[in-house]
Amino acid sequence: MPTSVEYDALWLSLKVATTATVFSLPLAMLAAWLLARTSFWGRTALDAVVHAPLVLPPVVVGYLLLIGLGTRGSLGLWLDQTFGIRLVFTTGGAVVAAAVMSFPLMVRAIRLSLEAVDSGLEWAARTLGATRLDVFFSVTLPLMLPGIVSGCIVAFASSLGEFGATITFASNIEGETRTLPLAIYTAIQTPDGDRMALRLVMLSLTLAVGALALAEVADRRVRRMLGRP
Amino acid sequence: MIAVTVRKQFGSFLLDAVFTAPARGITALFGRSGAGKTTIIDLIAGILAPDAGRITLDDQVFYDADLRIALPPEQRRVGFVFQDSRLFPHLSVEANLRYGLRRARAADAPVAFETVVGVLGISHLLPRRPQTLSGGERQRVALGRALLAQPRLLLMDEPLASLDAPRKAEILSYIERLRDEFRLPMIYVSHSLDEVIRLADHLLVVSDGRIAASGPLADVVSRLDLQPLLGRFEAGAVIDCTVAAHDDHYVLTTLRFDDGELRVPLIDRPVGERVRVRLRARDVSMAVSEPRDLSISNRLAGTITAFAVRDGVFVDVTISVGTTTIRALISRESRDRLALTVGQRVWALIKTVALDNRSLGLLRPPRA
Repeated sequence: MPTSVEYDALWLSLKVATTATVFSLPLAMLAAWLLARTSFWGRTALDAVVHAPLVLPPVVVGYLLLIGLGTRGSLGLWLDQTFGIRLVFTTGGAVVAAAVMSFPLMVRAIRLSLEAVDSGLEWAARTLGATRLDVFFSVTLPLMLPGIVSGCIVAFASSLGEFGATITFASNIEGETRTLPLAIYTAIQTPDGDRMALRLVMLSLTLAVGALALAEVADRRVRRMLGRP
Repeated sequence: MIAVTVRKQFGSFLLDAVFTAPARGITALFGRSGAGKTTIIDLIAGILAPDAGRITLDDQVFYDADLRIALPPEQRRVGFVFQDSRLFPHLSVEANLRYGLRRARAADAPVAFETVVGVLGISHLLPRRPQTLSGGERQRVALGRALLAQPRLLLMDEPLASLDAPRKAEILSYIERLRDEFRLPMIYVSHSLDEVIRLADHLLVVSDGRIAASGPLADVVSRLDLQPLLGRFEAGAVIDCTVAAHDDHYVLTTLRFDDGELRVPLIDRPVGERVRVRLRARDVSMAVSEPRDLSISNRLAGTITAFAVRDGVFVDVTISVGTTTIRALISRESRDRLALTVGQRVWALIKTVALDNRSLGLLRPPRA
């Protein structure tokens, strides 16, 4: 059976992935909205920035985060002095790394679903007396829901597996930033850690299967709600 | 009164429309595809913004470029029935119907949910999803949804376009019922003269982004100069009649209008009801002396007021029968053989069998 240290790694992974997904969601929806529904100067640049973590090696992303948000980085310094938030070597840092890495996947899924929403339905709602905001919540958002759900699922899954950016930016500290992949890596590096690595891998697999099953259930429920087959 | 003066440029297409229409009854916007009909009602609803102009309904300004007024669609209280119905797929039929109703102010709500559901016969559909409805059912729900938002004006953009013939007839009769039950002014966009003649009181002919003609239906339909826009075999006159008598022995109905009578195959309407007859020009023949020994029973005496030669073969003859104008399409050869002239007294002959169901629009009298 896994030891408490291993359960800690599992628990930390879930916490990091959940937090990263929850905090990314509003930003991802905003980014998806800007990319799908508006045209402004710098839209292409935004598109590139959002997608950068998808094409850059994770280590590079982690390094860039370290430069920007580390204790000597200007943004990191400001966060530390203003709010007392330190990201390096903390769970917060692991969350940021996971969020940044999974962000493009989430934006893509939400953007596709937003683009698939028939704007004719939104105009119909306006002629029925709904304001723009009302239309967003009563028509657009419900119709985007499949994309939002799948965006969250991919983001959560990729956050669970995040390794490179986390170890580079937030480091590998037990109980703080040592999520399952980092724990597995550490176990493999440790002499006689094979059994531990194996147990962690089993945990990972269980988690993956469980998450997939949940995703399937969520997807079905949303589809039924929207009356789609 | 709906008053519209708008300009809107789309690439090389310019919409430059000026018209007024009465804020009662049904006004038809008729024209070919691409003439600008849908653009005009999109501008009235606020779905599109004009480049310049002014749009008002009675004393309310929807849009005024000079005053910088552009009311958003949700504040115009203009209902819209789209060609593709646009029901919300994530809501049940009932929730669709209540969408606009919930957002209407209580003071503006004379149209009750139960009434609309009853008139449109959709109570059995309420728990269903729009995806499971047939095309005709969907349009009925869309009509109900628009009505329940308590509009002051209802716009309909070719609501029958995606339906088959039996469904078309069904929805047409529902639209007639709505017109009579709710006394709501409507603008009806169509490229089918059949639908327009059956429904409309007022007709606007749209061509190349402009209003080519505007006026009471019967006047516009009988104008010779609009022929190219109305189409050759559509040409004719519209006569509003009243059911005068039924003849069960010969299975005929007599219809009376201001200047005469018409015998048509028996129609299932009580005596006294209003009926609109469409007299196609190609179904009308002419005689220069009062005909006898003829099978044709409908004979209307009148005076020729105008000719128009069409394609070199046909002549379109306008005949005044009292205050009613009818049209006859004859060959140019016939005109010359009979030596017809303007001012000449003639008899217009209409075969009873030519007045089939297609030419009879069944109007119901407005409720007192």
